Order: sequence, then C-alpha cells, then structure tokens
Amino acid sequence: MSGSIKDRVAIAGMGCTRFGERWDTGTNDLLVEAAYQAFEDAGIEPKDVEAAWLGTSSSGGTGMTLAEPLRLQYIPITRVENACATASEAFRNAAYAVAAGIHDIVLAIGVEKFKDSGMSGMGGGGTDGPGHAMLSQGLPPRQFAMLATTYFSRYGLSFEEGKHMIGRVSWKSHKNGALTRNAHFQKEVSMETILNAPMIAWPLGLYDCCGVSDGAAAAIITTPKIAKRLRKGKEPPVFAKALQIAISPRDGNYNSKYDWTHVEATVRAAERAYKEAGITNPREEISMAEVHDCFSITEAVTMEDLRFSPRGKVKDDIESGRFDLDGAQPIQLDGGLKCFGHPVGASGLRMMYEMYMQLQGRADEVLNPGMPSRQIKNPKLGLTHNLGGSPDGCAIFVGIVGLEGV
Amino acid sequence: MFGILSYGAYVPMFRLSRDQIAKAWGGGSGAGEKAVANFDEDSLTMGVEAAVDCLQGIDHKSIDALYFVSLTHPYQEKQAASIIAEVLDLKPDTFTLDIDNSPRGATSAFRLAADAIASGSAKKVLVIASDCRVTAPHSGDEMLFGDGAAAFLLGDARPAVTIDNAYHVFNSFMDTWRLPNEPFNRTWEDRFIFGEGYSKIAPQAVAAALKQFKATIKDFAKVVLYAPDQRRHTELARALGVDAKTQLQEAFFNNIGHTGSAFVPMMLVATLQEAKAGDKILTFNYGDGCDVHALTVTAGIEKLRNRRGIKKYLASKLPVSYYQQYLIFRDLVIEEPGGRATRTSSLPVLWRERKNLVSLIGQKCRVCGTVNFPLQRLCIECQTEGEFDDYPIWDKKGKIFTFSMDERTVQPVAPSVACIMDLEGGGRFYGNITDRDPATIDVGQEVEFTFRNIHDGGGLHNYFWKMRTVRG
Repeated sequence: MSGSIKDRVAIAGMGCTRFGERWDTGTNDLLVEAAYQAFEDAGIEPKDVEAAWLGTSSSGGTGMTLAEPLRLQYIPITRVENACATASEAFRNAAYAVAAGIHDIVLAIGVEKFKDSGMSGMGGGGTDGPGHAMLSQGLPPRQFAMLATTYFSRYGLSFEEGKHMIGRVSWKSHKNGALTRNAHFQKEVSMETILNAPMIAWPLGLYDCCGVSDGAAAAIITTPKIAKRLRKGKEPPVFAKALQIAISPRDGNYNSKYDWTHVEATVRAAERAYKEAGITNPREEISMAEVHDCFSITEAVTMEDLRFSPRGKVKDDIESGRFDLDGAQPIQLDGGLKCFGHPVGASGLRMMYEMYMQLQGRADEVLNPGMPSRQIKNPKLGLTHNLGGSPDGCAIFVGIVGLEGV
Repeated sequence: MFGILSYGAYVPMFRLSRDQIAKAWGGGSGAGEKAVANFDEDSLTMGVEAAVDCLQGIDHKSIDALYFVSLTHPYQEKQAASIIAEVLDLKPDTFTLDIDNSPRGATSAFRLAADAIASGSAKKVLVIASDCRVTAPHSGDEMLFGDGAAAFLLGDARPAVTIDNAYHVFNSFMDTWRLPNEPFNRTWEDRFIFGEGYSKIAPQAVAAALKQFKATIKDFAKVVLYAPDQRRHTELARALGVDAKTQLQEAFFNNIGHTGSAFVPMMLVATLQEAKAGDKILTFNYGDGCDVHALTVTAGIEKLRNRRGIKKYLASKLPVSYYQQYLIFRDLVIEEPGGRATRTSSLPVLWRERKNLVSLIGQKCRVCGTVNFPLQRLCIECQTEGEFDDYPIWDKKGKIFTFSMDERTVQPVAPSVACIMDLEGGGRFYGNITDRDPATIDVGQEVEFTFRNIHDGGGLHNYFWKMRTVRG
C-alpha cells in the first residue's frame, strides 16, 4: 500500500435526514433534505459541487437518481453499490477523487427508500436459504443467528449468558437512541423486554435485530485548504484518517476453516485502516465508534474484530458498560442501526455524520428535546464500520475520521 | 437364477395419530398412527431414499434399467424415473420408465425386469415403488392411507432371494379410480367393491397361482398379502389358510397406513429383513388384476443386514403435533394472499448445474485436496484454476458446525433450521435441516443428506438436498 488518505481530504459539511417510516416522503425528498443540510453546513451552493457519488442499494439506478431531484447540471455522478457499505463506498470514492487532485469540492450522498416496498423486514428476500444454484443465502437473521450459536458454543456461554450479553448491546443502543432526535426508534427498552421478546431466528429475538428504515445522509468532501476556508468562524473541519474496504471471497459457508466467531473481512479492513491512520492500540486510541449492529451479535463480534476487546472477552466489556455513552469507548452514540435505523444505502454516511457532529462538539444539535446531553468529552478519533452481506461473505468498510493533527 | 440382489425401503419421519384425525373431525378413531411425508417430500424424493438404502455398497453405474412405480407421480407429464436416474448419477444409457395407475405396478415391474434380464437387454434392474397419498380431509382414505417407498435391485447374478414363479392375471373391475383433474380417489359402495371384487378375485387368483406353482400355502414361511384394509387382510389370510401368527406378514395398517403401490413392496422388505436362508415367501399383489410370486431366500440375505428397511425407519419417528400441520404438509390449506414471497427458478441454471445440485457431486482440488462445494472455477483454499476431480458428497455424513432457527421463513412450517455442516473427509455444506425436532438440535450432532423438494416456484418441483439427523 503506497498511498494513504490520512489528512488529504476533509469534510466541510454534512447532513442527515430523520430515519424511519417516512410515509410522506419519497427518494427525491430524502436526497434534497440531506444534500441541502450539507450544502448549508458547508456554506456552499449546489453549483459549487463538481462531482457526486450516489450510494443506493435498491432505490435508484444511474446518477440521474441524484441529478434529477437536485437539478444538478451535467456534472459527473457515479452511482455506487456495495450492500450495507454502499454509503461509505460513495464517501471513499469521492474522497479519492479529491485526494487525486481531480476535483476540489464533491458530494457523497446515500439514500434508501425501503418503506415503499410493502415489506416489514428486508424486502426482496423471499428466499429460504440455499435454493438451486446456491444463489440465495436466505434472509439476514438466520445468517447472523449462526454467528451467535457458534460464539456461544466456542466460548462456553450458556444460552442465558449469551442472550444477556447480546441483549445488553441492544439495551445500550436503545438508551442512546432515546436521546437522538432523528432516530427511527426513540424509546428505552428494559432488559426484561429484550430477553423475553419473540424469536426471529433463534437465538436472536426481536430486539437483537435492527430496524429497516427510510433515510438519506450526505457529506461535502474537499481539500483541507478549502475546508478550512469554508468553515472559517465555525467548528473545524473533520479529516479523513483512513478509508478501507475489504471484500471477502465469500467462502465461509463452504470452507471448513472459517470459524463463524469472527468476520475476517472486518479484521483485514481494520488492520489496514489502523496502519493507514497510524494507530497501534485501537482500544485506547479510538474515542468512539459507530459499527454495523445489524444484529446485536454482529456488534459484539465486531468489538473483537476491531481489537476494541480481546478475543473471546467482549462479554466483560459489554456487561461492564465500556461501550455505553458514559463508558470508556462509547459505541452507537446515536442508537446505531438498531435504533437510528438502517436505510442500507445511507447508513455509512449516517455513521460518519454522528462522528462528525461529535468531533465538532455539536452532537446535542440533534438531541431529542428535554433529554440529557449526548455529547462526549473531547473525542479525537471516531471509527465507522459497515458489514454488507453476511458473516460468511461480505463487503466491509472501516473508516477513521478525526480532527486536524490527531 | 433371477431374483432380488438387494432391497431398501423408506418410511417418512412424521407420524399422524388417528386420534388426531378423529379429534379434528369428530367421530370414531382408527387404531394407531400413519406415516406421512413431510411438506418437502413427494413420491420421487421418497423413492430416492428407498433406492439409496437399497444401493448401499453397490456401484450405481452397474444399473442398466430403472423402473419407477407410483400412483402419485410428481408430474402428469414428465418422467420421474429420468430425474431419479440423474439424482443417483446412473450411467447415461440406463433405460428409464415410469409405471403408474395400478397399486400392483411394482410386482408387475418384477415381470418386466425378469423379461429384460432373460432377453439380455439388462443385467441389473432397479425397481422403485413410492407413494405420497393425498386424501380428502374427513374421508375414510384419510384414516387409511400412509406414505412410503421401497426399492429392489433385480438381476440374475447370485441373488439374495430367488424369484421362482410368477402368476399374472388382469381384471377390469373398478375398485378405486382417480380422474385426471381430480385430486382424490373415487370408489363405490364397499359391499360391492369388496363382495364382488377383492374378496372374490383375490382367493381365486392365489388358488390359481398355487396350482400353477405346484405348491400349497403351507409351503411358505411367510405370506405377503395385499389388502384394501386391515379387516380384508385378516379375512383373506383366513380364507387362504395362512396362519396369522407364524406365516402372515404384518400389513402395517396401524403404524404406516396403506401406501398404494409401495404397500406390498414395503411388506416384502419387512419380510426379507427377518428372513433366513431357505425361507420360501409368497407375495400377492392386487389392483386391476393380480400378481402372485413365489420366492426363496438364499444365504446371500446375510449381506443385506445393514439396510435400514422398514424396521429401522419405523423406529425413527416424530409425531405430527397437530392435525392442521398435516394439512399444511399436503398443501390442503388455502393461504391468505401475499403471505409468502413468490419463489422462482431458472431452468437454464438447474440444467447446467444438475450434477452439482441434483446429484450433489462436488469437486476435490488436485493441488491442495480441499473439497469444494458448490462448484467453483478456482479452489476456495489455494485458488488454483480448474484442477478438480469429481467428489460425491451426497453419501457423506457430517457434523453440525453451527445452526439457527428462522421463524420468518417462507417455508410452510416454521422454524426453518439453517445449518452449516462439516463433512467427514472434508468439505462444508450450508443448507436446511429437515425432519427435525428443533428442541433437540445442537452443535456437533451427526447429520446426513436427504433428497427433498425445496419449493414449487415457477410451477415446477425444485429438488435439492437437505440435512437431517442420522436415522436408523
């Protein structure tokens, strides 16, 4: 790896819509809402955007999906798709264009309009595990539930112990989601409710699964110099420290070497990201993170894959509150996929948005009225992580952003 | 000497107690329970199971002809035998044939096999009889009928059981019939059906056969008798002078039910599982006439003791927990619209990957020895391109590595148990566990493959393999 993105591009502005069941809002509305928040935050006009990267999983086709609602006039727009890492992939490609010196000001935006599909879960699945041609993995819960089965079994957790561990993950995210104005689910949920909820895919119950939402999020990416000029008199810009994607060859269901208690692509992407950002001890150096908690067990395993917790020991950190908002290393400060919601094509930029707001000390701008502060003290580096696919094979993004000079 | 080289059978895992049926509809209960195919089974998949049992230790490529006998073929037009031949990976010039319409089809197929072998056109013939019987809810047939299959490999090279004599007679008497566009059987008043039909025709045929065989009923150690129900079975045995205690093969009405064209074949398998060298057996099959055979067991029977047959499959069972579940198994419930996603299939994909999907043959890398499944262009382990040998995995057992239970499944019965299985001798398989009691599944359990209908999307039966905890 010869090049590094570290400090070569900066975020001058960001926007994020309310996530949830946006019955009165279409894809176009969501895109305009997120983009204009970002334009305003960066203090630019739409005509200042030289190029755009649009991430959407299933809510659009070409770049016109973005050009049409924003009336962008003949600029280059690339539509990207990489499952749940889609929005982060849009961000990465947009950042590379700036770093390469091709463009000065670009827009990375992600959108998903799920709730027009008529499905209450992930739409379009309709399959039940491997059918002919092995094309289908089945719907996500059954895949991630197998991660929990193996994790419990390998580390000797009883069903009750394992269930409590992953339940505690969701309990924490609901606590954070309750503070967050734009989150899909804004209610605290008791451990008792979580543990007794109906099974979706044993051992995962209802509260082990994230929401499926509508939403969009956007970022204005530019050079450090322009970013500083644009944000003069405002909070400082946020700098990219590492942007890594790792795509697995999808063999976990077929290769007996895969242990089903970790996600190899997360490990690979994280190690590259730490190297790119110059991080040696992520447990101490990363202030906070938004990770891909599509299911509670995914977050638990990801803590180990990111080296936030020692292998096989995440239970101790979860149960002791290390990842709570007031813990040593807060995770899912805005509620995560679990509560902020999961519009696939927007989620990566929503995570980035929370890191951006926290780093600038602005987290309480999107606080639920009347709720205690969500702002953590002096964050330096924030990490975002997406898992697109399932444990046996996935597209993983690990990104690190931070303030200048960190 | 022409005869039976090997035998096998299959009894589906689920049993529906006749009390459950009586409870659902009111009225009197029959005795015991009946074997019912799971929602993912049909006559073809059960036929494959019986054949797999029958062909243990036998080279599939040595088979010259396959006759598939059923009253409930999965397709009205489209030969089931050709699909089964593909599943069993038989040699390309295997002669395949479907036989249908009469419950005595299997023993008639014995005659075809004898003639083929006598003529020299075949050396080994596989005869499979299988039925998955759909009956009208709240009918007599619902109480009576069960599901199951049996298979026989026939030939003239040192048979385990010689088939010494055969007697065939046709009869156009209308017992039961089914019209092309109707799902259920029709019949007539039973006093006529039995009084003028079976109870008259059957003893006459057996008497004529014994005369032709120059034998008496006392010559036989065991007698296998077709009957439309338990009462007629007892009556015919009495009329023929068969000793109910020592000679009469049990008909399994109380634990399997009447399995149509598999009925007599399954009884014969049960007989052979208990038989010893020198035993003489008489079989009587009925339907649109009669087939009577006299057989003699040889010492070769001892080599077939590992067959699961009726005995082991009967002992391995799960109860259908409530009557409505049985209706769901047989697709007799009208569902609310839009409740389940539409499932489709691509015929070109099924066709080009048939060896992988239907015969369940994987690949073994010549460079690193890793077993690859599903089909790969490059080895999943060493990434070498195109250096593979065929490696059958359908016959391998394995252990559950991980599993989950999907309650949001689109399959008719929840939960759908997803499972990663690590195969003995290497390789990993991801699929569903069927015929299971969810409460007893655990990591490390031994599982084996079973051939099933995955779904009927696209208006065709999509067959593939699932896993089940080892039976028998």
